[in-house]
Amino acid sequence: MARLTIDDLKKVKEKTAKETSLRYGNASIKVTVHMGTCGIAAGARDVMNALMNEMAEDDRQDIRVVASGCMGMCSSEPNVTIEVDGEEPIVYQLMDANKMRQVFKRHVLLGEVQTDFALAKM
Amino acid sequence: MKELSLHILDVAENGINAGADRVRITVEEARNDNRLRIIIVDNGRGIPPDLIQNVTDPFYTTRTTRRVGLGLSLLEAAARQCNGSMRVDSMPGKGASVIAEFAHDHIDRAPLGDMAGTLISLIMGYPDVEFEYSHLVNTSRFEMKTIDIKNMFEDRPVSDPAVFRKLRQIIQDGLKRLKTNED
Repeated sequence: MARLTIDDLKKVKEKTAKETSLRYGNASIKVTVHMGTCGIAAGARDVMNALMNEMAEDDRQDIRVVASGCMGMCSSEPNVTIEVDGEEPIVYQLMDANKMRQVFKRHVLLGEVQTDFALAKM
Repeated sequence: MKELSLHILDVAENGINAGADRVRITVEEARNDNRLRIIIVDNGRGIPPDLIQNVTDPFYTTRTTRRVGLGLSLLEAAARQCNGSMRVDSMPGKGASVIAEFAHDHIDRAPLGDMAGTLISLIMGYPDVEFEYSHLVNTSRFEMKTIDIKNMFEDRPVSDPAVFRKLRQIIQDGLKRLKTNED
């Protein structure tokens, strides 16, 4: 196997930097986990960690995950909002790690809204 | 809250919501002194002097989405029920610090819990915020700064799967080593 040279490594670095900066700026799907006090007490951290583990398994680079505070619907926490470019945002309610995995696999990756867990369109 | 790490997540978020871009979290477990101390310092807007006496009032909040502000009042209650205390200091415009102390062996003290989960949630949820974490158990210490991880991966965002996997490994290994030394 040929040995990598310094120039090869520089090219790899440039290519990776270009790809990552593009995808960071051009995320077409945004997943917001609402983590106010109410959300945290209801299990939002487990939801966030399940989401991040799913993200780590998948190679999709156009998905951006953010946390935000309470949206005022404390009784339906943990809430997660999925925003896909060109579509109305969907708020999911009473989420847990399993529901998050399902929403990620079906809605985020395949575009199928999981109406069983949905609270509202925004 | 079932775990102290959930309180830490909540208080750190308060600072971020107040505009902080740097949050330092310190956990000190001094078994010999029977003390567990949590310190969270941020560089956000801080708390105006006329509001600081109200921060532990559960029926006081500056937010408009709901009428109660439970975060700091819950942490204070958790500390007090374990022969501990909580103190909030702030310099308006420069940030705030929250220090909570607990009797380590108190029967009502909640476990620290999933600290790795808390750190990962904060770092991934707020990729533009710099976090510093320091955890001391007697004489063993684990320290982590997100700036070091970002430097390691240079231009790649923390949300990149490869960066996330590395970050998760560093945090989990560090906390596991701390627990092993503790035992």
